[in-house]
Amino acid sequence: MAIGVKKVARPRQMSGGETLYLLEILRGLGVTMGHLVRNVFRQENIATIEYPEVRRVMPPRFRGLHRLMRRPDGTPRCVACYCCATACPAVCITIVAGESPDPAVEKYPVRFDIDMLRCVFCGHCVEACPCDAIRMDTGWFTPPEHTREKLIYTIDMLLEK
Amino acid sequence: MPNFTLNGISVDVPEGTTVLQAAKTVGIEIPHYCYHPNLSIAGNCRMCLVEVEKFPKLQIACNTVVTEGMVVKSDTEKVRQAVTGVLELMLINHPVDCPICDQAGECGLQIYYMKYGLHKSRFAFEDKVHKKKVQDIGGQIVLDAERCILCSRCIRFLQEVTGTSELEFFRRGDHSEISIFPGRPLDNQYTGNLADICPVGALTSKDFRFKCRVWFLRGTRSICPGCANGCNVEAHFKEDIVYRLKPRRNDDVNRTWMCDPGRLEYKKANEARLLTPVVRENGGLKAEAWEAALSFAAFRLWETVEAHGAASVAVIASPAFSNEELYLARKLAEEVLRTPNVGFSPRSSGNGLSDDFLIKADKNPNTRGAQLLGISEEKFDDIVRKIEGGEVKALLVFGNELADFPGERTAELLSRVPFVAQVGTNEGAVSLAAHAVLPSASFVERGGTFTNHAGRVQRFWMGFPPRGNARGGIEILVGLANRLGAGWTFAGEASVFRAIARSEAPFAGMSYESLGELGQIAGGKG
Repeated sequence: MAIGVKKVARPRQMSGGETLYLLEILRGLGVTMGHLVRNVFRQENIATIEYPEVRRVMPPRFRGLHRLMRRPDGTPRCVACYCCATACPAVCITIVAGESPDPAVEKYPVRFDIDMLRCVFCGHCVEACPCDAIRMDTGWFTPPEHTREKLIYTIDMLLEK
Repeated sequence: MPNFTLNGISVDVPEGTTVLQAAKTVGIEIPHYCYHPNLSIAGNCRMCLVEVEKFPKLQIACNTVVTEGMVVKSDTEKVRQAVTGVLELMLINHPVDCPICDQAGECGLQIYYMKYGLHKSRFAFEDKVHKKKVQDIGGQIVLDAERCILCSRCIRFLQEVTGTSELEFFRRGDHSEISIFPGRPLDNQYTGNLADICPVGALTSKDFRFKCRVWFLRGTRSICPGCANGCNVEAHFKEDIVYRLKPRRNDDVNRTWMCDPGRLEYKKANEARLLTPVVRENGGLKAEAWEAALSFAAFRLWETVEAHGAASVAVIASPAFSNEELYLARKLAEEVLRTPNVGFSPRSSGNGLSDDFLIKADKNPNTRGAQLLGISEEKFDDIVRKIEGGEVKALLVFGNELADFPGERTAELLSRVPFVAQVGTNEGAVSLAAHAVLPSASFVERGGTFTNHAGRVQRFWMGFPPRGNARGGIEILVGLANRLGAGWTFAGEASVFRAIARSEAPFAGMSYESLGELGQIAGGKG
């Protein structure tokens, strides 16, 4: 079988005026100036946002930073059952359970740390939670920090979010 | 020998065997809660229902004795429906608080729900009968009356095994619950067993409470190091932390039970551990690498033998060490150091409590082993006299304490010896005085055998490698001996045990294979 041959069109030879690129430069400048003038007089449709003062709205099912829920009386809803820590594929949740002073609660988390450097935001912890105590609906991702320690979120930080 | 048919399999069983026991021997599992092999048969949980030909109704397998020609079926739809119904009945008033229940993961209700239940609850949570939760009923036990399925195992245990009868059923119908009598808490040394035999989370351990989820734990077969009885246990650990000891069945030693003090023995493997070799030279303590520490200790021993003769060196063995380690310690003293001074003391600072069941006054796991290996107790007093007389110039101590001497006496004695090397697991008076501390592995971190008070040689297995920089006793002893020119080739506890079986009469003919899981009596008996 003969090899198929395809003729490729050679680029057209540019004319003398085109090789100066003068017209194209002016057209590009025109686009830039057009945006400048438009942004100075009308500010609705600016493509960039002023992060971090302005934040983009994430889709409703976006899995963002975790938060721990509270009961109506303000105590954490978490009962330290370790289901999230068991489900976590990144092993980023550290829980230490303790005896609650309230016998109706019985078990509560003394420590509940999430290592955000390890978390892969899979959402398995939320699925595993039998008490709806952990959610990932803050709509935001891990902010940068200067030290690693600041990215290990403790129970107090998670309850504040 | 009646012959009967179970699910189409023809089975021969001894006279008097029940259907449930017979099923177990052929690997057919019949669900049950109230039946326990070491307790009387109550037959009140109704989970073990099976179909028996020519019986109009289903029969309970735990209390139906096999008769000749009986035809039993445990896998029919009728049986399944009945078991599912019984399970649903038990779950009616169960709080289903698995997230905060320590039994979750090893709970009979969870296991059988996944096998026979999987039903939606037809009972509203508000309609459930609520009972008192989190009751401290004494001993090592927390009672949650709501979770109880009224199988009566705990009540029978306290009547038949301890004879103390602290628990009883109270009230009627769906309000019935187990409880102690007012003001009469559990008062015996075996309360921890209640948490083991409770098939659900009604009786849980106070010590293990909320410490760890059971599905994170791994287990290894072990021997309780708490006294001379040598109860067979399973040590449960996560990474290198031991969380609990549970009894392992051995009808010749501890049946399925163990004592409360024994259950807390695991703490020795976690707390106050010696984890790195330490050398004391010119008044200062220095953490050393193993090679350097072993060479230092070996050199000082050799130096003493050269300068003052072999009789100036003494070895104090410890009945807390395994047969293998004791054998090597004796061999090191006799063949390498060539000293006559090798002894041990079975006395220890423990409370010395004992009873006529499992708790022995001797708080060492291997006193009998040391005796059978020919290590003498009289020699210990002799060595102490020699230390007081200033005749001992170098001392190799095994264990964490010297007999039952208080700390000051130990410190005073050891200060009279120019060089003390210690092979031990925990900090104490000896490690404070020693010039070379060689940290050895705890009972979960190494394998070996202990010989209990009755001469039963029992194996314990390694659960995880030694913590920190600790090493197995055998490795330490071989390292020391070879630096003194012994040329030993022992590797692992099995090779040492083979040597023991060859050269020590009481252990003749034994091997790890013949010991199996349950052990063998030394001296050719049993």
